[in-house]
Amino acid sequence: MPIDLAEATAAEIAQAVRSGETTALAVTEAALARIARLDPLLGAFTDVTAERARAQARAIDAARAAGKPRGALAGVPFAVKNLFDVKGLATRAGSKINRERAPAERDSPLIERLEAAGAVLLGALNMGEYAYDFTGENVHDGASRNPHDTSRMTGGSSGGSAGAVAGRLVPLALGSDTNGSIRVPSSLCGLFGLKPTYGRLSRARSFPFVASFDHLGPFCRSARDLALSYDAMQGPDPDDAACVNRPAEPTLGALERGADGLRIAVAGGYFATGLTAEAQTAMSRVAQALGARRTVELPEAQRARAAAYVITAAEGASLHLDRLRQRAKDFDPAVRDRLIAGAMVPATAVNRAQKFRRWYRERVLALFDEVDAILAPATSCTAPLVGQQTFRLDGVEMPVRPNLGIYTQPISFIGLPVVAVPIPLAPLPIGVQVIAAPWREDVALRIAYALERAGVAAAPKPSL
Amino acid sequence: MAPTDPLDDFIVAAAEALALPIEPAWQPAVRAHLEVTLRFARLVEEFDLPDDAEPAPAFRA
Repeated sequence: MPIDLAEATAAEIAQAVRSGETTALAVTEAALARIARLDPLLGAFTDVTAERARAQARAIDAARAAGKPRGALAGVPFAVKNLFDVKGLATRAGSKINRERAPAERDSPLIERLEAAGAVLLGALNMGEYAYDFTGENVHDGASRNPHDTSRMTGGSSGGSAGAVAGRLVPLALGSDTNGSIRVPSSLCGLFGLKPTYGRLSRARSFPFVASFDHLGPFCRSARDLALSYDAMQGPDPDDAACVNRPAEPTLGALERGADGLRIAVAGGYFATGLTAEAQTAMSRVAQALGARRTVELPEAQRARAAAYVITAAEGASLHLDRLRQRAKDFDPAVRDRLIAGAMVPATAVNRAQKFRRWYRERVLALFDEVDAILAPATSCTAPLVGQQTFRLDGVEMPVRPNLGIYTQPISFIGLPVVAVPIPLAPLPIGVQVIAAPWREDVALRIAYALERAGVAAAPKPSL
Repeated sequence: MAPTDPLDDFIVAAAEALALPIEPAWQPAVRAHLEVTLRFARLVEEFDLPDDAEPAPAFRA
């Protein structure tokens, strides 16, 4: 049977291109046709780089014809959140202001590394303005819409990244995660998402938000694709001051070991409070499938979330101070008002939050003496409606925009690697975080792979 | 519009000191965000840390 290019994973596409079953150009044209047909419903893409993609695809096909080696991602279409530099495009980062910038002169290093492995860039993706967002809505470009129900939000801020992969426009997209912006949309759109250890993947030539917490990572529809793309992107980069000088540690070969021998616990306390029935069901299924009977408490998680919130407000305001002074009316009002408030946070509060961060990090790392991975919900609920302003959280009506990430913030606060795994509940999916010790992405990916193999985790197909 | 309470006074004064333009219509939202952030800041500050606690980012020369 011929390969179904919409449903195929990145690994399957690369295999089909390498074997000659299909060509990179045919894969690219099929993806461009899906984008033309479905993106008007989803609002995922802000730029489609069709000619660049065709040229790259032809080069891959020519290399194959010449008998040259093909990469691990040969012919795999991908797209990136529009805060990544794409040569020739202004890096808008979801804003009106940035689209006046000069076009980028060079791609982000993560794009360069994926292309070096044979992947084909198809364009840039919608996002919440300047990434200060958990909804995927954008006042300038329109909302990213959830492929499982287009009246619902994708989650954000990497909303277009999740919409594009869940909607089968591309099998791989890159996003950023400062407080949960990969894990929240992965949860609401039913995808596998990887937020690696802080400092693992280069953030060079991407538009920042909060230097203390900014991470980049992939969205896919399988754990194997996460490993495949993550392995292609690893490695030091002197252009990012936070990127560590640590050799690549490939994860793909470890997947088959699954969860065997791993000590897995469930996060209690803060992470067991405020869950909807759907989130509880997802947590129970995952814990049961993995035989995770132990509960551990991440000490002071609520305070960790509060400290992350304070640092985010202040660092975000610092980044945008001049733009707030000169172009305040050109911001999304919802982002502008938060950033202005952030400019008024006392420096003492930020310093105390950074001191608390070290304390919290030491206590949480100590848990990894006892366990290899910790399970926690990714979101408290399935996707809210586009435009929905409030939702009920633990019986209290709360604003959606800042509160969708209450379970993700205490984890990115200390840079731990996390795989968000999709649990395909009906009618809407929801995610669970698999959290590992620093630099142990392999552990989180092995567990995600085991859950997928057991039929517990899957990226459900939307009926678009 | 006359300031109505200390936080509103602070916002008006800070906006002027920082040269941040705030239109009156924006102030209720700015105030709401600042209130939440300061509440979270108090939660962090209430946590006892020793005098020699180091911030998470450590500079190395």
